[in-house]
Amino acid sequence: MSVLLALDVGLALLVFAVAAWTVFAPGAFAATVGYVVYGLLLSLVWIRLFAVDVALTEAAIGSGVTGVLLIGAAARLRRAGTTTAEETPSGSTRLFAACLCLLVSAALAGVVLLLPDQGPTLAPQAMERLPETGLGNPVTAVLIAYRSFDTVLEKVVLVLAVVGVWSLAADRYWGGAPGEARAERPEPTLAFFAQVLAPVGILVGVHVFWVGADEPGGAFQGGAILAAMWMILMMARLTEAPQSNAFWLRLALIAGPVVFLAAGVAGVAVAGGFFAYPSGLAKPIILFIETFMTFTIAVTLAMLVAGPPRREPRQ
Amino acid sequence: MSLILDLFSVAAIGAGVFFFLAGTVGLLRFPDPLSRLHALTKADNLGLGLVVLGLLPRAESLLAALMLVAVWALVQLAGATASQLIGRAVRRKGPAA
Amino acid sequence: MSDFLLATAGAILFAVAVGLVRVLGGPGDADRIMAAQLIGTGGIASLLLIAAATGAQGVDDVALGLAILAAFASAAFVNSAAPAGEPASNSGDDR
Repeated sequence: MSVLLALDVGLALLVFAVAAWTVFAPGAFAATVGYVVYGLLLSLVWIRLFAVDVALTEAAIGSGVTGVLLIGAAARLRRAGTTTAEETPSGSTRLFAACLCLLVSAALAGVVLLLPDQGPTLAPQAMERLPETGLGNPVTAVLIAYRSFDTVLEKVVLVLAVVGVWSLAADRYWGGAPGEARAERPEPTLAFFAQVLAPVGILVGVHVFWVGADEPGGAFQGGAILAAMWMILMMARLTEAPQSNAFWLRLALIAGPVVFLAAGVAGVAVAGGFFAYPSGLAKPIILFIETFMTFTIAVTLAMLVAGPPRREPRQ
Repeated sequence: MSLILDLFSVAAIGAGVFFFLAGTVGLLRFPDPLSRLHALTKADNLGLGLVVLGLLPRAESLLAALMLVAVWALVQLAGATASQLIGRAVRRKGPAA
Repeated sequence: MSDFLLATAGAILFAVAVGLVRVLGGPGDADRIMAAQLIGTGGIASLLLIAAATGAQGVDDVALGLAILAAFASAAFVNSAAPAGEPASNSGDDR
């Protein structure tokens, strides 16, 4: 048994153990921390599976965005009081859910293990046409060149998610700002941390987005890191969340999908097909679209974590 | 020359692993959250620093080496902040925070 | 050499696993949030070692991303622990 195989088996067992603990954890907060740990271990697994783009996304979203969201939600739930007996699922419901999950896992494992050694794949064709797009990263090519319509729809889903979160606000708060107001004396530790980290983080976020054209990275990962920087500034109370009826905010939320869709429609006139790019101009157009997408993703994720408006709108 | 660099890497990384294990022993054995926090942040950060030091000779370029140092510096910042924040939370709410 | 790097990565993951057993079950939330810190630091170390051993490309950026976001769980924990009305700064109660 080689060292690498032993390491892989150990990592897999650790992931299983943490996942099992998360399921049986005592209380929502403990389960949330277990989930964050599980996410970080998963990005190690993605590295071992040579899916570095996915590992970057898992690291950025799992520890930055989802972790903060869940921990805030768990703490808020605890402050609101414990759940009543009717709200916790019964034993038979849990057993049914467990059986369903096991069935899905077994099916997935069976499919993966029974795959032929050279399974059906489009990877060679994708790599073959890569130079035409001007990109070096096949994942980015799939997202923005080969399969762009799907990506546009995903960005639209993000906008819908923000609308859904905002609709949770009480009527009188509609249009107001989520989160707490800016503090006159922000907590010194968090303030120092945010002030030192934010410039570095913004630089790294832009770098990850820009380098995604040729190496692992891309708009989503860069946008997630930028969102995290905005979130830490809001958490440190150095800045406050914008009002949800602010025009610039709403423009920022739709800028990405709108620009992407416009490029797709323009492709009909200019390059002869929906979402076709004129040859030779593909890479600049892709980077142009990705710039707006990164901006939208950053604003969207930060607003999702900030939550529904909790203050009345100022006029 | 490369043998010396390899020996240096092995020594530094080995020391780093030792500190990680020492941090875990501290986590297991220390009686209250603040001392466990101390074991975690100090020992693990030192362990990571030694691992980074050991990997520096193996970096492919100066830029890659600088990235490694940047990672270590950011983890130092994060560790210092997290230990302050968690320590404050423990002190505010008592040991059974 | 790469076997040694992989073995050390495994040793660090083992240390993280044992530490997780202790802190995930530990009494109180502060212990549990330490688990996030533990996996952050240990995970980055294992990541760097595995990347150096297997020669995977682009892993530097993953380690950078993990390092930047390492303290976010603790920040979120502390941020949500204080109710909205509580004074934000505790610098007054230091002796």
